[in-house]
Amino acid sequence: MSTTTTAKAAGNLGNWADERVGASKGVKFLARKIFPDHWSFMLGEVALYSFIILLLTGVFLTFFYIPSVGHTVYTGSYEQLAGQTVSEAYASSLSLSFDVRGGLLMRQIHHWSALIFVASIVTHMFRVFFTGAFRKPREINWVIGSVLALLAIVEGFAGYSLPDDLLSGTGLRIASSIILAIPVVGSYISFFLFGGQFPGEEFIPRLYTIHVLLLPGIFLALITAHLILLIVQKHTQYPGPGRTNENVVGYPLFPVYMAKAGGFFFIVFGITALMGALFTINPIWAYGAYHPSPVTAGSQPDWYMGWLDGAVRLTPGFLEFQVLGFTVSGNILLPALIIPGLVTMPMILYPWIEQWATGDKREHHLLDRPRNVPTRTGLGVMAITFYLLLLVSGGNDIIATHLRLSINDITNSLRLLVFVVPPLAYVVTKRICLGLQRKDREKVLHGRETGVIYRTEEGEFFEVHEPLDEHDRWLLVQHDSFRPLDPAPTEDERGVKRPGARFDKVKAKLSSFYFEDRIEPVTPAELEAAHHEHHGGHEAVEGSDEAERPALAGH
Amino acid sequence: MTALAARRRHPLAAAAIVLLGLLVTGVAYAAVTPGRAQATTASADDVAAGKKLFLANCSTCHGLNAEGRNEFPSLIGVGAAAVDFQVGTGRMPLQATGPQAPKVVNKFSEEEVKQLAAYVASLGPGPAVPSAEDVDASKGDVSKGSLIFRTNCAMCHNFNGKGGALTQGKYAPNLEGVTPTHVYEAMVTGPQSMPVFNDSTITPQEKRDIIAYLQAVETDTPPGGVSLGAIGPVSEGLVAWAVGLSLLVGCAVWLGAKAS
Amino acid sequence: MSIDQSHGHPGSDVATTSEGGLPERFENPGLEPHRHRMADVDPKAAKRAERQVAALFGLSTLGTILFVVAYYAVSIEGDSWAEIARQLRISTTLLGIGLALATFGVGAGAVHWAKTLMPDEERIELRHPMRGTDEDRDAALDILREGSAEAGIGRRPLIRNSLLGALVPLTVGPAIVLLRDTGPLPGNDLSTTFWKQGLALVHDPITDPEGLGRKIKPEDLTIGSVVHVLPEGIQAEEVEHPLDEIAKAAVLLIRLNPDDLDEVSRAGAYEGIVAYSKICTHMGCPVALYEQQTHHLLCPCHQSTFDLKQNCKVIFGPAKRPLPQLAITVDDAGYLVAKSPFTEAAGPSFWERG
Repeated sequence: MSTTTTAKAAGNLGNWADERVGASKGVKFLARKIFPDHWSFMLGEVALYSFIILLLTGVFLTFFYIPSVGHTVYTGSYEQLAGQTVSEAYASSLSLSFDVRGGLLMRQIHHWSALIFVASIVTHMFRVFFTGAFRKPREINWVIGSVLALLAIVEGFAGYSLPDDLLSGTGLRIASSIILAIPVVGSYISFFLFGGQFPGEEFIPRLYTIHVLLLPGIFLALITAHLILLIVQKHTQYPGPGRTNENVVGYPLFPVYMAKAGGFFFIVFGITALMGALFTINPIWAYGAYHPSPVTAGSQPDWYMGWLDGAVRLTPGFLEFQVLGFTVSGNILLPALIIPGLVTMPMILYPWIEQWATGDKREHHLLDRPRNVPTRTGLGVMAITFYLLLLVSGGNDIIATHLRLSINDITNSLRLLVFVVPPLAYVVTKRICLGLQRKDREKVLHGRETGVIYRTEEGEFFEVHEPLDEHDRWLLVQHDSFRPLDPAPTEDERGVKRPGARFDKVKAKLSSFYFEDRIEPVTPAELEAAHHEHHGGHEAVEGSDEAERPALAGH
Repeated sequence: MTALAARRRHPLAAAAIVLLGLLVTGVAYAAVTPGRAQATTASADDVAAGKKLFLANCSTCHGLNAEGRNEFPSLIGVGAAAVDFQVGTGRMPLQATGPQAPKVVNKFSEEEVKQLAAYVASLGPGPAVPSAEDVDASKGDVSKGSLIFRTNCAMCHNFNGKGGALTQGKYAPNLEGVTPTHVYEAMVTGPQSMPVFNDSTITPQEKRDIIAYLQAVETDTPPGGVSLGAIGPVSEGLVAWAVGLSLLVGCAVWLGAKAS
Repeated sequence: MSIDQSHGHPGSDVATTSEGGLPERFENPGLEPHRHRMADVDPKAAKRAERQVAALFGLSTLGTILFVVAYYAVSIEGDSWAEIARQLRISTTLLGIGLALATFGVGAGAVHWAKTLMPDEERIELRHPMRGTDEDRDAALDILREGSAEAGIGRRPLIRNSLLGALVPLTVGPAIVLLRDTGPLPGNDLSTTFWKQGLALVHDPITDPEGLGRKIKPEDLTIGSVVHVLPEGIQAEEVEHPLDEIAKAAVLLIRLNPDDLDEVSRAGAYEGIVAYSKICTHMGCPVALYEQQTHHLLCPCHQSTFDLKQNCKVIFGPAKRPLPQLAITVDDAGYLVAKSPFTEAAGPSFWERG
């Protein structure tokens, strides 16, 4: 009885919606869309859900926060600040933490969620980069994602600057100094932003508008575009049996992904709430109110700004110089503006850089295994290493006290390491990738090691190798191996210099940088040959046929 | 104060401190002059015993008459407070060369520290060991203390007194568990890298305020949960990755794995 | 399903050797055979999974109850901060755990449901190239061409040009004009500070209600002493933006053995007492860490190190310029006062600084 009533009610509702917005077409288009399953595809969802958690908790915080640096005498619960003159922003941040039930929890969830938001964006980008998911047709989504990542850093900085505590005020002081360092117009931009000198009275309210209105609005728009493109282009998938560039294998949105992805939102919320419940984050009460005279040891930004702070710490002072009576603060411009530019521009443009080297204009929906693209993987690890070293530099004082080292030694070592280690990381990663590819070849050609060892009558030892079945083998042989592009002739048939010849030479160089070292996947012919060679599918554990193996494997 | 000290010392030492505390308080009351009075009255016996200890433990570096030599400072005029701080926190006698003398377990008894201090104090006038009233946190104003601490101390010792880095491997130590007396003595004597905060720079009342603030920082429950070391955003960032993102990735792996 | 297309690529062909009738590349073997889950084959397992899902949803309900109960039952009021802090800790922990259970329970339940009980046969959807068909593209081009012709934008350059002439200034003009009043022009503000000749040095923080501050006599400082100092009257009522002024005028007063000072610093010193700007010449953090044995000043933000013995020259870190010295002397009453204002801009660098 009740089921029929429910069904009827649902039917009525469906009819109502369909007659007004054509809901049936939407359901037909979306509900059975297939999404492939893999844990790494959830990293972007963590970012999306963190954003929703940030919106929810953020709205709660705005109910109590006062974006003003008007002076007030603190009279709230926290005795250690009783009677001190503080800003209304600071007083209201304390009050929403201590005098509002659940306020501190909401603030802590908001802040943890912000840290996780940026962390998940970064790991999502790692996944997209190393699997080549940015390739055609997804270049636009890579750019949107990169912009979102950069905006997330700005949004986070704006957020933690709002409470007007000592630590965040120190951060704003540094931000204002970076603006001041801009040649020619720096002082003017700074005065317009801060409404006069630092700290002024205008910046916190302006930052508030940017933090709660402008940037979230941009986020919403860009995230919407990001998701629409995801649906239009369908999700990429990892290679495997049955997965091709022309299909997508997985589970339907309704009901499986509805439950999985919807459920995952609550899981993300639950874990973030747990962190807010158990771990103190940004104890603004302990920092005290912002004042330009005091400062605390260990003044650090939140982790995602740490690499910039680290770059600033490493840059030597001699880069500041005078020109015609004007000051050029290279010691600030280089680490705070030029390096971020030099790092982010290649990141945003990367899909086109690689496309140029491969000359590959096809659509790609099957992901790469990182080992099969050694140069890209090496470049990625190189960039991450560089980033991590800068991040470590941002915490050099904490490292000094906790490991009992000299801060000067740490800084000097890192000044060297940022130049030495990333290229090394590139070479090592590339070698590891090539090694893994060789191992894949071995596995295809000679089967999987079983661990079972036989001794022949002559006293020779063999390990039994079990050949792979076709499903297992497919993963190891499915990929393409690019060869470097041949440079097009510099002259045409009639011996006239072609206009684009120089350009093509660079292109050919880039291409050979990418694909000079390569290992090609096993072909059926090679496998056949290997079978003939090893009558019976076993080989010596050591030595005896080592010499012929390289020739066999073709490397 | 006694409770704090008891945590790290022999149980009998705790009793001795209580007795000493009572004695010191009694003497302070008897002396009537509040605040900066010479709190401990050193007997000639103490000075003599202190000299013996000095010759045995300190004279190798500081000289037979505490006149100092080379990089080792003269101890004439450093006062009892300096001895009580340096020896009482185990920094002196110096165990090994390094960027700075670390806080270690003090191998002298309370009595011996007192005798050493009496001997050094007898060499020339200097800051005395503070009285119990000087370091009485209950007479301090926590809020004023936080303000003074933030301007004068936090830049080296961090906002919560957890310490921080100085140049060339030197550091401002963590103030957790440091007795109020030692905090006071450090301010008036300026040990090692630390500047001197005499009574006109930070008044005795302000010193009490600072001690009250540090006591509050140490005893109050962190309202938001585990404090993660109270060293700022570095530990927060580590936890966000190591706990937050790891748990989330763990859940994602579970979500993506096929059910058995 | 053909895989041919994914293996031919222009410009960079894989070597092709198809001998003995073997294909050039392996062929995609197709989906692996489906493996059934326990819940698919064993009704008991299915029932168990159902109960587990229900238990997780039940856990969520309990979490919500915990949250609501904790909200009303745990007071965050008290007579002292120690008590309030304890209550806050309990409240935050219980509310948070309640919320965590409430949300995690729903999420884990839904995922478990999907994993164990919803169909797990992999389905295949075909992709289509993003590119439209040639007919689509031609049709689209025709529409655009026709539309432009209808609008006549090509035939009527006057309209096109005047429209550009309207739009470009519109997007640039008002935005720039409107932003002008966001702040005053810098003028001389970055180069001057509150310090004037004869202004007394007072203890920072200024805590008395009148904002006058405690003055300092030379004898107040012992060798190795450090005093954080502000100019007298900086917090007085008539000062419009005291924080802006403090951000430039904060000074560190240090007493050294006069022999440790160089010639230049001694000129501005008074009996071994020197005053230097506390605002870092790099990024404006307070350079307040004074090591009295080495006479080094360290900035906690980026570790710029200044040597007091060399007139605060930079000896390490990203700063370039030395900290400006404030020349000091004593007034008739014996209090330390500024002999003259700063002779250069205090604080971080800027273009016009020179």
